[in-house]
Amino acid sequence: MNTNNLKSLIGSFLIMLFILSCKNEPKTENTSVPKTTETENTEKKGQAFIEDDGSTPNVLQIAIGSPEHSTLVTAVQAADLENSLVNAGPLMVFAPTNKAFDALPAETVKDLLKPENKATLANILKHHVTAGNYTIDFLKKFKKLGQANDQNTTVEVKGNDVYVGGAKIIASIPAGNGIVHVVDKVIIPPSK
Amino acid sequence: MKKYNYYLLTLIGAAALLSSCGNQNGGGKSSNGALSSSAAEKVYVAPGEQDEFYAFMSGGYSGNLTVYGLPSGRMFKEIPVFSQFPTSGYGYSEETKPMLNTSFGFVPWDDAHHPDISQTKGVLDGRWIFINGNNTPRIAKIDLTTFETTEIIEIPNSAGNHSSSFITENTEYVVAGTRFSVPVPQRDMPINEYKGNFKGALSFISVAPDDGKLNLEFQIMMPGFNYDLSHPGRGKSHGWFFFTTYNTEEANSLLEVNASQNDKDFIAAINWKKVEEYVKNGGGEKMPANYAHNVYDEHTHTATSTMKKEVITVDPTKIPGAVFFLPTPKSPHGCDVDPSGEYIIGNGKLSADLTVHSFDNMIAAIEGKKFDGEAYGIPILKFEDVLAGTVKSGGLGPLHTEFDGKGNAYTTFFISSEVVKWKLGTWEVLDRKPTFYSVGHLMIPGGNSAKPYGKYVVAMNKITKDRYLPTGPELEHSAQLYDITGDKMELIYDFPTHGEPHYAAGIPAELLSSKSKKIYRLTENKHPYAVLSPDKARVERNGKEVHVYMSMIRSHFTPDNIEGIKVGDKVYFHITNHEQDFDVPHGFAMIGQNTSELLIMPGQTKTSLWEPKKEGIWPFYCTDFCSALHQEMQGYVRVSAANSNVPLTYTLGE
Repeated sequence: MNTNNLKSLIGSFLIMLFILSCKNEPKTENTSVPKTTETENTEKKGQAFIEDDGSTPNVLQIAIGSPEHSTLVTAVQAADLENSLVNAGPLMVFAPTNKAFDALPAETVKDLLKPENKATLANILKHHVTAGNYTIDFLKKFKKLGQANDQNTTVEVKGNDVYVGGAKIIASIPAGNGIVHVVDKVIIPPSK
Repeated sequence: MKKYNYYLLTLIGAAALLSSCGNQNGGGKSSNGALSSSAAEKVYVAPGEQDEFYAFMSGGYSGNLTVYGLPSGRMFKEIPVFSQFPTSGYGYSEETKPMLNTSFGFVPWDDAHHPDISQTKGVLDGRWIFINGNNTPRIAKIDLTTFETTEIIEIPNSAGNHSSSFITENTEYVVAGTRFSVPVPQRDMPINEYKGNFKGALSFISVAPDDGKLNLEFQIMMPGFNYDLSHPGRGKSHGWFFFTTYNTEEANSLLEVNASQNDKDFIAAINWKKVEEYVKNGGGEKMPANYAHNVYDEHTHTATSTMKKEVITVDPTKIPGAVFFLPTPKSPHGCDVDPSGEYIIGNGKLSADLTVHSFDNMIAAIEGKKFDGEAYGIPILKFEDVLAGTVKSGGLGPLHTEFDGKGNAYTTFFISSEVVKWKLGTWEVLDRKPTFYSVGHLMIPGGNSAKPYGKYVVAMNKITKDRYLPTGPELEHSAQLYDITGDKMELIYDFPTHGEPHYAAGIPAELLSSKSKKIYRLTENKHPYAVLSPDKARVERNGKEVHVYMSMIRSHFTPDNIEGIKVGDKVYFHITNHEQDFDVPHGFAMIGQNTSELLIMPGQTKTSLWEPKKEGIWPFYCTDFCSALHQEMQGYVRVSAANSNVPLTYTLGE
């Protein structure tokens, strides 16, 4: 807790510093020209950040709203994939639970969240996304699915259960732009 | 985890502040300099100044074509094409009703998709712009001196006219491919017998070099795939045409699953010069058909519709060397050819990567007969033999590509909602910018010709959401304008567009503006019901049909009092605008009339039908605020009982 507080304090201090340094800059001479707000800082802009409480939640909002998926949400944010999950789609997301991430070898998640591993992380996450919107029953018609990272994954039916890439679907939530299937494992992309 | 997250977020936040801070102050290098004040300057066209480019945007489900200026994003005109347009009376006036005639009868609407401007030697010449009607297959030609639709030809044996209307580099042909394959000829058969039985027609419509008259020369009857988009070869590949296909599985239901089974579909490469020669030498089969050809005459101000009864169909397997398939991954959508004619780009819409084929490789593979089997007798080339390279973009859902003429290409990504700039030849990604939101087509003026004007790219988005002030559930689509003169694209403007723009075509303003017609010459008016001087104005009865030969000028109609009209008559108002002054149209509307108004340009004649149902005195008036005495520009018609003896009279000022 202590270190956490300290870091947050340092963080807040840094932010304050930047704001202050902004304000201290002299104004440019021409103030009548309207400033554009659309700057190079577009990373956290886009459909993911529109306030809309009227529509059925999209696949990203469902994940954000689920305490069981905080690791997935963190990973999506670290890989800058928010805007890809709020698109018209249709998108089918296989959402591993926190437990599924915890089952990975120690330090794996921590390593993946490092900025230098952003591409690897994005590839793994995109392997959990299909352009489509199929219920669990409908999925039984498939042998394979083409995933957003350009690789295929398998669909297997065992009894009443459906496994995608070896991960079992344990719940399904319809979304405004597709469907979220909660899975019990992280689906690792086949090596290329 | 949680500690880690917090720290990460703080850093991101701090970084965001740092960059926005720099932007606000305009410090730093190029990217900052282009922002804030200079983005506004770049799109600002001062009052009285004119834009640099025309942009013609398809109106999608409006059925029309809209004309914008770049960089201002101001809309200048909506040109009615496939849809009735009450603003001008297009499709309502007697003269223009024939424009919307088809083999299905009068069809007052269509889904307009891909405008393309005429070219000479691969360079935009600005004579005409063509656009396809997707739903009831049609191709329209719009004259770029009058900005009016002057010809529409229906495409038989076609359905979902989507891989259209792209032109060859000297406007020899405007090409129209079918998205939906269908039985040819149409017949009653089970849907699930599609496979192997349906056909995909690729139609080549010639454009007469002098007056642009259209003629359906031949249709190539391809296997029953979906032909999605197309573009012509240019330069060394002139004489070829390339079509993306999907649903090579030939599925007839749940295509979202069943048409995504094959890892690769095809780009069909058509050597149309070979097919043309074959047809010229008597090849092909004459097949009975029924399709409308509607032509508007600028001098009679009247359209005529002719039903054509025959079409030449060509079996591609009978012409050696005319058609080949290039395997292309993942249901390719866009099919674009670079300005040199060497690279053919197919974007698998379910892929992350772009596939670029080489024309030279294709020719070498054909000459070396390196085939990888065949489909319905059409040779398939080996993917590895024709491939020039793959662009590993990291985006999702690539759709369409345009070119800047400086060796760069720009591709839209629907799912990841961005435009990606990459280098031809090295396939290296140079830049990427988000679009707001979910972009379909993009347009660089001349971006699909041998000579692009690579100053701006317009991204045409499918989703608008929060970009503008909300207007309820239904929103206009958004477009974003990027300056592409630097190494990095710069978003400089955002504006709403009308209908659903699919593709667009842009052209430097100076190529069109000086040729734009200002008035129609009254002395050249050959309309059979025109009144060329007011003393010829009259009313004639022929049984229950009444013809009013009327003239109009600021600020009265001649005649403006008409008596002797009876309930049950069909009254045709043939109205000639006698103004010969730029931008002085007059309008005409009659109370209770079951049609739209007319908007009549100087020197033009238009006709409106009125079928009076009630006795009384019924006014008509000018609907366009034409002059200081516009409110005085009105008239009355006296309608008597069907059996009355009121004599037919017409007067002005009595």
